[in-house]
Amino acid sequence: MTSVLDRPQGRHPVAGPRRRLVVVGNGMAGARAVEEILARGGADQFTITMFGDEPYGNYNRIMLSHVLSGEDSDADIFLNSLSWYRENSITLHANVRVDRIDKFTKHVFSNDGRVTPYDTLIIATGSRSHMPPMDGLYTPGGSVKHGVFGFRTIDDTRKMIQHAQQDHHRRAVVIGGGLLGLEAAYGLKSHGIEVEVVHSGGHLMNAQMGPDGGAILRRSVEALGIRVHTSSRTTAVLGKDRVSGVSLRDREDIACDMVVVAAGIRPNVDLAVLSGLPVERAIVVDDRLRVQDEDDIYAVGECIQHRGEVYGLVAPLWEQAVVLANHVTGADPSSAYLGSRTATKLKVAGVEVASMGLHGPELDTDEHIVFSEPSRGVFKSIVVRDNKIVGATLLGDSRKVAYLTQAYDRGLPLPEERISLMFDVGGPGGDVGVAELDDGAQVCNCNGVSKKALVDTVKGGCTTVSGAMDATRAGKGCGSCKLLVRQVVEWAADGAVEEDPAASYYVPGIPLDKPSLMDAIRKQDLRSVSEVFTALAPGSAEDAKSKMGLASLLKMMLADHYIDERDARFINDRVHANIQRDGTFSVVPQMKGGVTSVQQLRRIADVAEKHNVPLIKLTGGQRIDLLGIPKEDLPQVWADLDMPSGYAYGKSFRTVKTCVGKDFCRYGTGDSTKLGIEIESRFQGIESPAKLKLAVSGCPRNCAESLVKDVGVVAVEGGRWELYVGGAAGAHIRKGDLLATVDDPEEVKVLAGRFMQYYREQANWLERTYSFVPRVGIEHLRAVIVDDAEGIAAALDAAMQESVDSYVDPWGERDDPLTPGQFRTSLPLTVLPQVPVR
Amino acid sequence: MSAAPKSPGPMNPSPVNPCPTNTRLHTLGPVDQIPLGEGRAFGVDGEQVAVFRLRDGTLRALSAVCPHRGGPIADGTIDRQVVICPLHQHAFDLETGCSRTGAEPLRAYSVREDAEQNIVLHNEMNDVEN
Ligand SMILES: Cc1cc2nc3c(=O)[nH]c(=O)nc-3n(C[C@H](O)[C@H](O)[C@H](O)COP(=O)(O)OP(=O)(O)OC[C@H]3O[C@@H](n4cnc5c(N)ncnc54)[C@H](O)[C@@H]3O)c2cc1C
Ligand code: HEM
Ligand code: SF4
Ligand code: FES
Repeated sequence: MTSVLDRPQGRHPVAGPRRRLVVVGNGMAGARAVEEILARGGADQFTITMFGDEPYGNYNRIMLSHVLSGEDSDADIFLNSLSWYRENSITLHANVRVDRIDKFTKHVFSNDGRVTPYDTLIIATGSRSHMPPMDGLYTPGGSVKHGVFGFRTIDDTRKMIQHAQQDHHRRAVVIGGGLLGLEAAYGLKSHGIEVEVVHSGGHLMNAQMGPDGGAILRRSVEALGIRVHTSSRTTAVLGKDRVSGVSLRDREDIACDMVVVAAGIRPNVDLAVLSGLPVERAIVVDDRLRVQDEDDIYAVGECIQHRGEVYGLVAPLWEQAVVLANHVTGADPSSAYLGSRTATKLKVAGVEVASMGLHGPELDTDEHIVFSEPSRGVFKSIVVRDNKIVGATLLGDSRKVAYLTQAYDRGLPLPEERISLMFDVGGPGGDVGVAELDDGAQVCNCNGVSKKALVDTVKGGCTTVSGAMDATRAGKGCGSCKLLVRQVVEWAADGAVEEDPAASYYVPGIPLDKPSLMDAIRKQDLRSVSEVFTALAPGSAEDAKSKMGLASLLKMMLADHYIDERDARFINDRVHANIQRDGTFSVVPQMKGGVTSVQQLRRIADVAEKHNVPLIKLTGGQRIDLLGIPKEDLPQVWADLDMPSGYAYGKSFRTVKTCVGKDFCRYGTGDSTKLGIEIESRFQGIESPAKLKLAVSGCPRNCAESLVKDVGVVAVEGGRWELYVGGAAGAHIRKGDLLATVDDPEEVKVLAGRFMQYYREQANWLERTYSFVPRVGIEHLRAVIVDDAEGIAAALDAAMQESVDSYVDPWGERDDPLTPGQFRTSLPLTVLPQVPVR
Repeated sequence: MSAAPKSPGPMNPSPVNPCPTNTRLHTLGPVDQIPLGEGRAFGVDGEQVAVFRLRDGTLRALSAVCPHRGGPIADGTIDRQVVICPLHQHAFDLETGCSRTGAEPLRAYSVREDAEQNIVLHNEMNDVEN
């Protein structure tokens, strides 16, 4: 192939010619197979090319359930980023579909017109959502009707979230009451959508459990506010261009704005069929994962049929990937895949479900141990055959799940007293289970991490739970194995497990969580950041990463009594402006509620002209940003503006966005502008663990986007006001939870202030309200803040009042710099401005 | 404000006539122009140098431009060991300039306080052109 005229071009000349490995399908199985191949020295044997129909690197599909429910962001679920492919010299054709394989000439043909030769081929095309036959699913043009969704890909998930968040969309129907359907229903519910599940089986999750468990599961699901219809088949999707409802057989129609179809999956086998490969229910492979009768074509994942089984879970594909890699690289030609025993868990917060194997006894000699406590939603059923577990269903209590899963998976011998399988009765507890597990036992099914891999990591010196999790990725999938991971790490470290340092600390440099830190500060009467380091840090060592968080906490706790050391502040807070990429700063004067005046506008215009401001921009928070101001000019700019700071730079109360409201808007029912200005005047500049963005809207049309603010207020009919907390619409999107509905704008201010104070006292450093509110729970917040269940309302109000009283406009420092050279430039030689001038 | 090469310290015969090790000494003015725990930037021999005054009173000096995207190192947050660039939070050892976060290193200068509480910076000239 290589002629003498060819010059070596790559920087890494290879000894022998490498074979061409082509992988079709860049999902969990395809990427994992490649990882296993690389781990066996595959990079020296192969040049690797991957095709993926989706326009991304490989991500953890399992986590889409958490993305839908808002517990994870879609950016956090990537397993292989695009740079991973680059670093491993893998050519990735993302967003490209393979249409045909010519197994005789050994080429694949893709829909970008490319023809790619291979020596070895791996097919990992996975599955797709099954759309059962029903009327009205498709438009006459053949595409799926607007408002109908599958639940398989990131794009499906993003589109569902987008659709669910459109304001007029309030009701959804999920077709299918299995794992996927329930996770979809729960996810949509957390966007404030009313959800009904239509399931054709006689009880929920009928593939995983019997009717008794199903009945108890139904109660738990209904307790989440999700309606369930069993033994109902959907016959049609209603609506002309967009969904307006569904028809059921024998039942009344249900009106809805969206339909999610989660009625099973079908392996993607079109490619294999078209290319003449053996396909029954899926692509038929042997124990080496080789496609039947093909020497150079392998297949792995959900698209395969092995010994008659087709799997729909990830655990089997980790095992398959190992065997496949052993054969493809020649690392272990004796390796064989003999099938997997699978266990499933439902990823719905508050509803614990785990299931494996048989639902009930099948032979006369099978033992069946059942415990049922419907009022608490607890149900346990275990089937034992020949002193081994052959099936288990556990609802509402997951304490024994890890142990039972392993006992099932490995066929461990069982204790005589069967009751100790279900409860800790002084019998073998979790620890014994861990010690008994054999090395190959899989601890994390999502990421295929064995006990041995974890133990090796710990022996290699990684003795924190979070460290071992980072190193192995154990526990980073659905998260349900975290407890077992912890037990294994603790067992492997022989009691020498180090507590995860950063995990519970408020700031990394002080080994205390927030309550203990605040307590120590109070008890020892510490007033400044340096005093805190001296008294509480190990070795009294300062820690740069902790300074800003401590400064904020102390100011919140001590208000006027705080000794403000400027070096503890981040540069933005030292000079009261937001640093830009070129080291200049942006100046955002306060413009309460987004309302300005002729005088302000004229003054801003004059200042911008005098200082040659390179960019004048309206911010998303309804004020005017002057960008590209050199540090040394800040005091003069503030003096010329003579307006207070808008705090667009700190971890603090930022701004209140308002809509026009009832004075001008023909829909308005409340004076949103007035209330917004009052809120901003009251809480201006107070520091908090992370920034606080607020809004007030004059009616439920919500022009100020109150539902996606840290604190959002909406006027409703009858002169009442709704108060939402914990919303966000940045990198993370979350609809706020309704905290209270009140009659009086004064009450709004009190509750908003009390909520913010509680957040200031309880939240972790940099924890935005969109994480804080779901973490502590809206019911708890309502109890504390509205009903004063803990009797701390008065104290919260007083603490907030003290902060409000100690407010000083920081831009006052212009005349009297607090530290020498406070506004001296730090980049004396840079040519400014670098922000493009428009 | 940024100090041009000024009168030589007592040990150095003349700044324009480098000593055998090719080190130039620069007096950058009084230490109290740098608040405790902060940094300030100086122009020295046409280079930008960030000088930090640690909370224990000692001084450290590094080149003032972050190798990552040119961030102003003198505006960073420090402790006794590292400075953190304000733009993207890369951390650099104050003693050696080496990055703790995988960025290219900053150049480290030796710096001290003289008897008159002036900042004295040693600039080792590794280029021969001067
Ligand atoms: C919401 C959700 C939750 C889940 N939760 C769990 C869980 O809790 N536990 C569990 O064990 N499993 C769970 N699963 C199942 C798990 O995600 C799958 O078992 C796993 O992703 C299968 O991997 P795969 O590589 O075979 O298929 P996939 O991950 O689907 O990858 C196949 C890839 O191939 C691409 N492709 C297909 N055809 C072509 C072609 N012709 N050319 C190019 N590319 C092609 C596809 O676009 C896709 O990217 C869940 C699945 C979903 C959707
Ligand atoms: C370093 C990068 C960024 C800087 C310096 C920055 C700065 C700012 C500032 C100063 C404001 C406040 C304006 C005001 O208070 O009036 C603001 C508002 C906003 N920013 Fe950014 N931002 C950055 C990145 C982002 C990103 C990545 C997103 C989205 C993912 C984002 C989304 C928003 C939104 C939505 C608002 C408006 C908030 C509101 O309406 O109240 N910003 N940003
Ligand atoms: S939210 Fe309502 S009152 Fe406010 S501007 Fe929009 S329509 Fe008008
Ligand atoms: S410029 Fe310093 S960290 Fe990016």
